[in-house]
Amino acid sequence: MNFAEIYHQAISQWEALQQKTRILVGAATCGRAAGALDVVRAFESELAKRGSDALVIPVGCMGLCYAEPLVVIMKPGEFSVCYGKVTTEAVRRLVDGYVLGDDPCLEIALGTFEIGEEGAPFIPELPRFERELRLIMRRCGHINPEDINHYIATGGYKGLVKALGMSSDDIIAEVNVSGLRGRGGAGFPTGRKWELCYQALGRPKYVICNADEGDPGAFADRALLESDPHSVVEGMIIAAHAISASLGYIYVRSEYPLAVKHCKIALEQAEALGLLGKDILGSGLSFRIEIAQGAGAFVCGESSALMYAIEGRRGMPRVRPPHSIESGLWQKPTLLNNVKTLASVPLIIDRGAQWYATIGTAGSKGTALFALAGKVAYTGLVEVPMGTTLRQLVDDVGGGVSGGKQFKAVQIGGPSGGCLPESLLDTPVDFDSLREAGSMMGSGGMIVLDEDNCMVDAAHYFLDFIQKESCGKCTMCRLGTKHLLEILSDITSGKGNIEDLDLLFELSEGIREGSLCGLGKTATNPVLTTLRYFRSEYEAHILERRCPALVCKELIAYLILPEKCDKGCEHCMLVCPAEAIYRDEKRIKVIDQTKCTKCGSCEEVCPPEYNAVVKVSPPSSAKR
Amino acid sequence: MKRLASKELIDKLRTILAHHGRERVELIPILQEVQQEFGYLPREAMLEIANFLEVPSSSVYGTATFYNEFRLTPIGRHPVRVCLGTACHMRGGKRVLEAFEREVGIRVGEITGDGEVSLDRVACVGCCVMAPVVVIGEDIHPRMTPFKVEEVLVELKQKDGSQQSPSPEGVSGSLST
Ligand SMILES: Cc1cc2nc3c(=O)[nH]c(=O)nc-3n(C[C@H](O)[C@H](O)[C@H](O)COP(=O)(O)O)c2cc1C
Ligand code: SF4
Ligand code: SF4
Repeated sequence: MNFAEIYHQAISQWEALQQKTRILVGAATCGRAAGALDVVRAFESELAKRGSDALVIPVGCMGLCYAEPLVVIMKPGEFSVCYGKVTTEAVRRLVDGYVLGDDPCLEIALGTFEIGEEGAPFIPELPRFERELRLIMRRCGHINPEDINHYIATGGYKGLVKALGMSSDDIIAEVNVSGLRGRGGAGFPTGRKWELCYQALGRPKYVICNADEGDPGAFADRALLESDPHSVVEGMIIAAHAISASLGYIYVRSEYPLAVKHCKIALEQAEALGLLGKDILGSGLSFRIEIAQGAGAFVCGESSALMYAIEGRRGMPRVRPPHSIESGLWQKPTLLNNVKTLASVPLIIDRGAQWYATIGTAGSKGTALFALAGKVAYTGLVEVPMGTTLRQLVDDVGGGVSGGKQFKAVQIGGPSGGCLPESLLDTPVDFDSLREAGSMMGSGGMIVLDEDNCMVDAAHYFLDFIQKESCGKCTMCRLGTKHLLEILSDITSGKGNIEDLDLLFELSEGIREGSLCGLGKTATNPVLTTLRYFRSEYEAHILERRCPALVCKELIAYLILPEKCDKGCEHCMLVCPAEAIYRDEKRIKVIDQTKCTKCGSCEEVCPPEYNAVVKVSPPSSAKR
Repeated sequence: MKRLASKELIDKLRTILAHHGRERVELIPILQEVQQEFGYLPREAMLEIANFLEVPSSSVYGTATFYNEFRLTPIGRHPVRVCLGTACHMRGGKRVLEAFEREVGIRVGEITGDGEVSLDRVACVGCCVMAPVVVIGEDIHPRMTPFKVEEVLVELKQKDGSQQSPSPEGVSGSLST
């Protein structure tokens, strides 16, 4: 089949689909965790009972993860309605109401996609969509990721067809002009990397998609692979054509089973249509892609380590040069790009580099895809033009800090990034501005922290992670981070000295200088940014043995306020695993501080109308 | 002294090895499949793999111990993995882990004497918006609290009692179809 025929087939299937009532259910990992598969089954059985021919289509992540499970009902000639937090009980109501009847059930809807109906918000007009620009996410949640025809019918593989008619030089020039920079963290110009790999002499050449996403707190690559795997595959084939590679790998972490599954299906389907494999679309290009599953090591996201991991060795970074573009996998020229970088490529080729270059800032083109989590109201996936400010992301897209709490910091870039305070919220997100502020774009994790988060604990958390994940090759990284962690442990447990703060700076400098790879070089960013922007919290821990955010276990105590405790209730006593709570003469509950393990259960179960259990710091203030 | 592996183990291992080449690049995929089958990497299997690939067994061990995914001790019938990614940590994942340790009576990395429950930590399963999460087998339990731990454990027991009963609505979802 030539592409025109493939396209025709996809389009006719797609158009036939539009004639039917469709129920889209967001069934990426996040949706599943919220119960999306139960919702799918409930719809199916309800529809079967009524003999309805409406279709239930599992789709990927729509980005509005806070409202999952998400359902969109689309009917020919009617407006489409989106429902959030759909329970299996709500399914029957939706089937009766909108699938079979005329009642769009707007009172339980998140909003409508077409014209604003009375009583329900018009989704494209929600504040977040004024900020969002969905380019690489444009199909996520709209198509069935397990059906290649959905991808093709929505313009997929058009970029590849165009690229196959172009020379390597033309493709590389196009990527160069677009200004695309790698989304794996460091922001290296993609076109430049392709060019160097194209010029490398060795044969064969390899293309690798880095889908390791080992940063805790990042999940955009996962969501993209689960929701629109072909966009990454297409980007890889275009790259292979540009540099003349014959074999590619998707290196994906095994903690992402659904992403692995969807990639496998995508590869099989692309191969079946002749878009992958031998003599792609009769162009003479032959390219295969295999999946390599990571085995859980953060350092394997680093390019040279990743290549060793594919070879079946320990994933330990090595000294450069030689660079991977000349001597990578099996010492052959290897092009390695991030998931989001590769997913941007088909769009650039299809719509043109000039168009792409109009989006973003002078130094950072295109969009930034973030996994927004933590203490905001609307957690999920967001895609905004580079240059959008942190404040716009947190307030407009994220809906601000949840639960009426006070904003404290936003953590960007995972363990390589940093924590930025309120005063830096007007920083635009782009590679250079973030680096200037001491953080990094990283892999796209963004976690909002509020007054209940302790910044010393946050720094401790990242260092603990890094110290466990250090491959151990460099002494400064292996032992330096360990020492740093010990100092932070002392501080969080009230055993710190004020001189420690200087030592933290000194050690950080040494670790940065004495480390081979990015893991060690950036490991101290969380420490340095928290020290720079939240020094007073460190000082409170050291000088007053107090944790202002009431987080650090050794520095807090639980206390039951006698005036608030309802005498009749014994929830806390029943739940306390240490039997630390007793009744005083007035049957008010009292915590025996010598027995308390600070598990927090009593606080959790104290009915909200009493709210009698509180945390205090320092622990000495619990004496009464 | 050489310990003889059970016949069953060797049979299963042979089936796995049968569809792999004898190159080093196969090592990690083989280890992954073996772990999938047995829940951990039995010693006998690792020696056999070293034979099969003609690499030193120290190299097989060296690789296996480098990666977090591999474990050298069995997992429980209910493998509990507590996520301690950033979002989970910031929302109290550690207290959830401690609650499991307390309620099950084992430390992280251990397994109960009857082989029922094993407890591990993972560094982010990418479900940050549901933080803190716990993965048990293939089920993801979103928005966990120390208090809910008891509930979840009771639920596991009930599941054992009546094999066909599905998990209660809204409490968990499944990773697999
Ligand atoms: C410790 C460490 C972990 C990394 N993890 C990832 C990762 O998970 N995903 C990724 O794309 N890049 C990761 N990188 C960056 C890669 O080494 C590499 O720069 C990137 O994948 C190149 O792709 P790009 O040019 O498209 O950004 C990591 C780097 C280091 C030092
Ligand atoms: S914090 Fe835990 S151990 Fe301490 S009193 Fe409350 S329930 Fe008991
Ligand atoms: S749960 Fe709250 S109200 Fe009830 S006894 Fe404990 S402290 Fe008092």
